[in-house]
This record gives sequence, structure tokens and C-alpha cells, in this order.
Amino acid sequence: MSIYAEYANKIPKRVIDEVKDGVPESISESKLKKILDECVREYESSMVEAGEAVGLVSAESIGEPGTQMTLNTFHFAGVAEMNVTMGLPRVIEILDGRKSLTTPMMEIYLKKPYSKGENIRKLALAIKGTKLRDVASEFSIDMAENAIRVLLDKEKMKEIELTESSIGKSVQKSIKAYNVKLEDGMLALKSKSKEITLNELYKMKEKIKSMHLAGVKGVTQVLPVRREEEYIIITAGSNLKDVLEMEEVDATRTTTNDIFEIESVLGIEAARKAIIDEVFKVIESQGLNVDVRHIMLVADTMCTSGSVRGITRYGIVSQKSSVLARASFETPIKHIINASLIGEVDYLTSVVENVMINQPVPIGTGLPKLRMKKQNEN
Amino acid sequence: MMGEVYTNGKFSGSVDDARQFAQQVREERRKGVIPSNVNVHYSEKLDEVQIESGRGRARRPLIAVKDGRPMLTERHIKQLEKNEISWSDLVKQGIIEFLDAAEEENSFIAFFERDLTPEHTHLEISPLVMLGLATSLVPYGNFNQSTRLNAGSKNQKQALGFYAANYAVRMDMDVNILHTPQVPIVETIMNDISRYEKHPAGQNIIVAIMSYKGYNMEDAIILNQGSIDRGFGRSSYFRPSVAEELRYAGGLIDEISIPDKNVKGYKSEKDYKYLEEDGIIYPEAKFKEGDVVIGKTSPPRFLSSLDEYNLASSTRRESSVAAKHGEQGIVDFVLITESEEGNKLIQVRVRDERVPEIGDKFTSRHGQKGVVGLIVPQADMPFSASGIVPDLIFSPHGIPSRMTISHLIEMVAGKVGSLGGRKINGTTFDAEPEEKLRRELLELGFREDGFETMYNGQTGEIYRARIFIGNMYYLKLKHMVANKLHSRARGPIQLLTRQPTEGRAKEGGLRLGEMEKDTFVAHGASLLLKERFDSDKTTVLVCEGCGVIAIRDEFRKRSYCPICGDNAEISGIEVSYAFKLILDEFKSLGIYPKLMLESKY
Repeated sequence: MSIYAEYANKIPKRVIDEVKDGVPESISESKLKKILDECVREYESSMVEAGEAVGLVSAESIGEPGTQMTLNTFHFAGVAEMNVTMGLPRVIEILDGRKSLTTPMMEIYLKKPYSKGENIRKLALAIKGTKLRDVASEFSIDMAENAIRVLLDKEKMKEIELTESSIGKSVQKSIKAYNVKLEDGMLALKSKSKEITLNELYKMKEKIKSMHLAGVKGVTQVLPVRREEEYIIITAGSNLKDVLEMEEVDATRTTTNDIFEIESVLGIEAARKAIIDEVFKVIESQGLNVDVRHIMLVADTMCTSGSVRGITRYGIVSQKSSVLARASFETPIKHIINASLIGEVDYLTSVVENVMINQPVPIGTGLPKLRMKKQNEN
Repeated sequence: MMGEVYTNGKFSGSVDDARQFAQQVREERRKGVIPSNVNVHYSEKLDEVQIESGRGRARRPLIAVKDGRPMLTERHIKQLEKNEISWSDLVKQGIIEFLDAAEEENSFIAFFERDLTPEHTHLEISPLVMLGLATSLVPYGNFNQSTRLNAGSKNQKQALGFYAANYAVRMDMDVNILHTPQVPIVETIMNDISRYEKHPAGQNIIVAIMSYKGYNMEDAIILNQGSIDRGFGRSSYFRPSVAEELRYAGGLIDEISIPDKNVKGYKSEKDYKYLEEDGIIYPEAKFKEGDVVIGKTSPPRFLSSLDEYNLASSTRRESSVAAKHGEQGIVDFVLITESEEGNKLIQVRVRDERVPEIGDKFTSRHGQKGVVGLIVPQADMPFSASGIVPDLIFSPHGIPSRMTISHLIEMVAGKVGSLGGRKINGTTFDAEPEEKLRRELLELGFREDGFETMYNGQTGEIYRARIFIGNMYYLKLKHMVANKLHSRARGPIQLLTRQPTEGRAKEGGLRLGEMEKDTFVAHGASLLLKERFDSDKTTVLVCEGCGVIAIRDEFRKRSYCPICGDNAEISGIEVSYAFKLILDEFKSLGIYPKLMLESKY
């Protein structure tokens, strides 16, 4: 219908679709027009006005309920759940754009036959990362032969379906400077070079303890959980890339709480969505009520540069164009000195600078400017 | 098995049976062989004995128990009553023992005598000993939440009363005297022990629990103007002003006198009007802010050789002590003495009568503090059928969440006490029971629950609800609005930043801080925000050529730029003085802040 096309640039497609679904086929053209005009009016009236301090309102809208958040870092939501950072510390962690999280976590959804729950334990164990220390019962140094001996625990090996030879192979693969041999339930690593100090040997012993053997690297704990008719796996530790490559995993729904991992695997738009979801999850869990659009604005600012940047003096704030604005945040001396070295110019376009020099801030009533036509001298 | 013995933390030997050894030490202590300030602790886990005799251990007295019988007998009590023996005798005899925290671990202490078994080692003197002095002054404290007792004892420490009988000859700083203090009707044993009647701190008044036009919302209280006129809560505030004739290098000295008119910093003649010939204000002078209390002049600050040729006397500085902003009162007492260094010292004590007003803080003994929200003429106050008008109206909303049952019981107890003409014992854990009070109240012709039919003081209508009314001991707290009230429209500014000063004492402004600023921005009230921050606005001249602040020479009526000279184009811009300051600071750091001007329009 041509009438709908007429309104295509005036209101979002979703609204048009809703109207389409809502009105009877036989509606007269004038009536439909009236309805759509009303939609346009309503849509435009709900838009933010020019000069509205959206950022500040968002800051206040998130900051005020934030004061009521419990400082309780950890909580256990039931027996079957894992220990996750929640509350204010988590919000700070997300908004600061921290690279390493206190509790990285994944929710792995599975494809149809696997999500039924059969063999879910086995699958979960396959995902769990196994290190050499998980299957070893003793590490020792043989000083006479310049060797490290690792006593393997057969029961544990059976549990994760590893054999002595497979372990030996993977150890040999990653350590080239040593010869790996199997001696009745024991792994012996002998140095290829004769000249090796005890200190080096000791360092190597500590290093091989955390050597990755099987499963997904970085996943330290797995927990199969039933969630509405299907089974999912919750993990402590996160490695989205490797998990998504697994054949059983439903890549469309599997997530992690590590925003940087999402950014590198799925891209910046996904990271933006992840920031919104993660922050909103915390706020919701505290029983607070913050409009998503405030969080969306924050997420947008964090992501506009193309990569996730935290709201810190190294992140977003360092991107501000105004010297005075940056100086008024943290480490003023650093900013003033650097600005003076390169002769930076502050055009006083934002709020803080204008407050500093006592001029109207370019927001709200301070935004409109008077423009005069100069009379032609001729 | 050998048990080790440590004395004051140092190894001092070993014994065969540590447990028995500890017991032996205790027995010796009871006999008086070992001093009573020694405590022994036997550690089961380590099988060792720790003997402590050092200072700094918190210890508490308990009655020693032998074979399930307290060692303190009726005979001792009779002797105590007759004053034949004293507390220290009991301690000496080992009847009362002081235990520290460690020895307490080895003891089995009974709360009451009836609970005693042969296993018990000690008996509590009274459950009241778990409370401190101020806390045990709260009547019926065992009916309360512990937090309320804390609040109650905290409040009592701030009450105005009769703090010292010789207050009239003391020069205390910042003290108050309640004019007509009373002894509480509902008292505790601690009132006797601490001799509360010698330094009472409150008054018995009639309290009704009801709301009154919403003026007692949020812990506010309503006062009866009639009660205030009859002296309720009236107090005096004392505060001395001090001046000393200091001596300076070169034989110079301060002089206490009426300053000469040609003294540097001379105020005005009328500021010195209360001073007598000796330069000191006369007693009973009623002064207001700005009036000089003690006239004083000091020698000039920097005495250079040049000044010798000048008129010597005219360079003296005015350094009088004057009443500060908002301060007023009556001179109560003038004291002329010498300071430790032998200088002449003048102390002028000022008195100010404080009649209760809206904003003054009052409290009962149960942590139920509140400020006066309204003072109602007696004629408009509600009254009971027998014509009783409450002195104070307390809001019922203060009760449920705080659960101060003792507050309610005190009202009933106070009612019984005042009607029966006797004091009521309200000691925590050992008070006259509520049932007894109720019965007595009934006998006195009142409802046993303390409720009464009341009438609206303004309309005379009967209130549909019965009102809980009774007598209470109320305290006036030292926080009075007269000491806190503060406002400013114009006033002093700081020298450095030209921004308003801070704090009441300096007649300062109230800061519109960072977050408050944000609310203006959020409302888009850009120009209002600018106006708020105009307090330090200045016009600075800027050289448009080099962007540096120019100089105005008022003598020659010209402006010039320190860099470009006379021919620079100079314009004035309006900025905050603080910004001008930061530009100066940049310059001092070797940074060149260049202002680039353009037309705003």
C-alpha cells in the first residue's frame, strides 16, 4: 500500500508493522491516514528534545539507584548456581572496561539432541579444561638425572578419558627441550641439554603443573543445569571462541559475561549488547528500576570508537576534545602539561569548561544562539 | 605431662597439673595471699596456665560461689547496710572477685541465685551490671531493643542540667544550666548510686501521644506555650571571652583599654559604648553582635627603623574582642587575673537565656529524641476530662518501628507516681511490674491502660480516639537552634579565590556543589546555573594580540599589555575569578595560556 510507504521515513518500520497488523483490511484511506498521523505525532513527542542533557540524566538515573545497591560482592542463587560477582563491583567492572574479570562465566546452550540431557555430564566434562595437575598426584625433581617426574593418578585419568600415552604425547608436543618418557605410571621429563640448573628445573616443574591437556582452555568448572525443558552448561572461566567451535554447542544462544571476548569473537555490536545485558542484569537483580535507554547510552559511548573502552581516564575520558574537561576529571597535571607541550586549543564546546570559566553551558536554555544578519555596507 | 605457666606473657616455669595449679592460685587469691588484681586462666587446648597482673585488662566484679552457695551471705548484707564493712572489705575477703576476659572463660557464672548448681563458680551481682552508668539510668530498659538503650544513654549525655554546683564561679567554655531541673519520678537504682539528685538534668512533664495537625511528623514534638512560660526547658548558655595583654619583643605590650580613635582598624564609637574606663564591658550589659566586649590594642606588627620617625602611637593596631556574628547576651561575670606567664588576663563570661523555641532538641530517656515543631498556646492544646493539658505532644509514629516499650511504661509509671505522690522504681530487670502500676492507676480513678478521653483545644470537640497520656521525664539537649541558625545573602569572601567563605562562624555561604550543579544542567537551566556561579565573577582585560591578561592603570587611565605594550587591542571579558587564578597558576608553571577572543554574537 502506498500510504504506508509515505510514512516510511517518518516513523520506524516496527510501528508501521504494528499498525498494519492492528487495523482491518477494509480500512478507509482517510482513517488510516489519521491513525498514522497520530502515530507520527506521538512518536515525535516522545523523542528527546534538542539540548536535553541526556548523558547527565543517564548518569544520575544510574548513579542514584547505584547508591542503594548492596555492596555484597558474591551471592549464590540457589545450590545449583555458581558464585558470580554481582552488585556494584560488577557494574564498576563492566563500565571500567576491565580486561580480566573476577568471575568469568559462560552459559553454554546445546543443539537439539544434546540439550535433552542425556550424557550431559560427559559433555560437560569434555568442556572442562584439564591441566596436568588435575591428573597428577605428585611432582618431583630427580636431581641426579636432571629430570622431573610426574606421578599420574589413574582414577582421575579414567574420569576424563585420558591415557598415559596421550598425556605423554601432548606434554611432549608443547615442551621441546625435554624428552618425555613413560615409566610405569610415571611421566619422566629429561632435559635434552646437560647444563641445566636446579632453578630452571624447578621453574619448569611449576610450569608444567598448569599445562593444558584436554577440554576447553580457561574453563575451570562446569555445571550442567536444567533450564526450562532443556539442559545447559554453566561454566566458571570463559573461552567463547573454542566453545563455539564445538559441534554440540548452539552458537546462537551461548554467551559469556566477558565483554572483551564477545568483542573479539562476535564484534563490537555484540559487545554493545553484552554491556547492556550485563549491566541490566545486575540492576534488575538488585530490584532497582533503571530505564534500559540510560544503559544503552552508556554502552553506546563505550563502543563508538569501534572497540570497547571503559569509562576511565584511560578510556572514554581520554577521548574528550577539551583539555579543561579532561583535566577536571582525574590527573589534571598530566593533561595540562601534555596540552601545553603541543599547544592544544580548547574551544569550550562542552559543559565542564563553561562552568569553569563561568559562562552559560551549551545545554538547554544555553544552547540556542542569536544570529544576526549584518547590514550590507554598500 | 607438664603444664607450662606464663606470667604476664612470659614463661615462668612448669607444673605437673596445670588445671589444679590454676585452681590453687585462685584459692590463694581468695585467701588474700595473692593480690586480688591477679587473674589466672587455664587453657585446656594448650594445657597451660596464664597469670595476668598487668594493667589494661577490663575486669568485672562477681560474687564467688562455693559448692553451689554464694559466699556473700545475708550477714554481709546486713553489715553493709549498717556500714560496718565496705565493698573493698568484700574484695579483700575474696567474696567479690574481679575477673578479666580470660579468667571468665574458665568460670561458670549464674545469672540468678535460684539457678545455682554445685558446678557454678560465680554469681552475677545483678543483671544490671551489664549496663553502663548512663544506660542504667533508662527506666524499664529491659523492655527495649538494645539499640534504643544505646541511643537513650547517648542522649542523656547531651542533656542540659545542673552540671556543677559552683558553676557561678567557673569559667567553663560553652556550657548550659537548666534553670529548674527536677529529679525524675520514675527513677532507677542508678539515680541513687550516682547521686542524681545533686546534678539532675531534666524535668517531669505531661506527655500525650497523638498527632497535632502534622506538626509533629518525623520525630518533631509540640510544646505547650503555657509550660514554657512556667519555665519548662528554660536554660542559660555561658561562654567566656578572653583577652590577654601579651608581651612582644622590644618591650612592647598589648594594652587593654578603650582604643584611641587614631588606632589602626578603629571600629566606630558606638561599638565601644559598653566599655568602662578600664576597657572592659560592665557586668549585666546587654550587648548585641559587633559590640566590643574587651577593648584592646596591640603594637604594630612590623617595627622597622623607618617607623621610628613616624608618629609612634598612631601605628598601634586595634585587636579588641567583639561579639561574633549572631552572638548576643548579657555580661554575667568579669574576671581579671594573671595568665601563667604573668600577663594581665581578662575573662568576661557571657550569659544568654535560652527559652525553648522551634528547632530546639528534646528527648525522653529512651532514645526518643526530637525537635520542637510547633509551640501551641495553652488554650489551643488538647485537654483531658479532668482538665489536664499536656506539656508536650509526641507523635505515635515514633513508637511502632522503634519498639521503645519502656517509653510507654514510663508514661504509665510516671502517671501513677505523680498521682500517688511517690517515686517509682524503674530499674532495668528490677522494676515495679506493669500490672501493679495498672492496678494502682485504676484505684486512683483512671483507666488502667493510661488512655484518657481528650478534647480538641480549639473546637472543644471530643476526640474520637482515646489518647495515651502520662508523665515523663524529659531532657533538653544541648543542640539549640540559636547556636546553629545561619543564613547569608551577601557577606565575606575569601582573599585568594574571591569566593564566599565557608562555615557559620565566618558567615559563610552554602556551597552549591558538583552534584547540585549537575541538577541544573539536567534541567537545562544553563543561565540560572551561570548566575549561581557568579559569586566570583570578574571582568578581566585581555590583549587580543597575545591572549594574555592585560593591565589597567587607573592613575593614567589607560590599559596596556605586558607583552605587546600600549598599542594592543584590549577587551574586557567576564570570567570567574577562579579561572583567572588558574591562568596565573599556569603562567607560574611556565605554561602560556592564550585566550583567543571572538564575538559571542
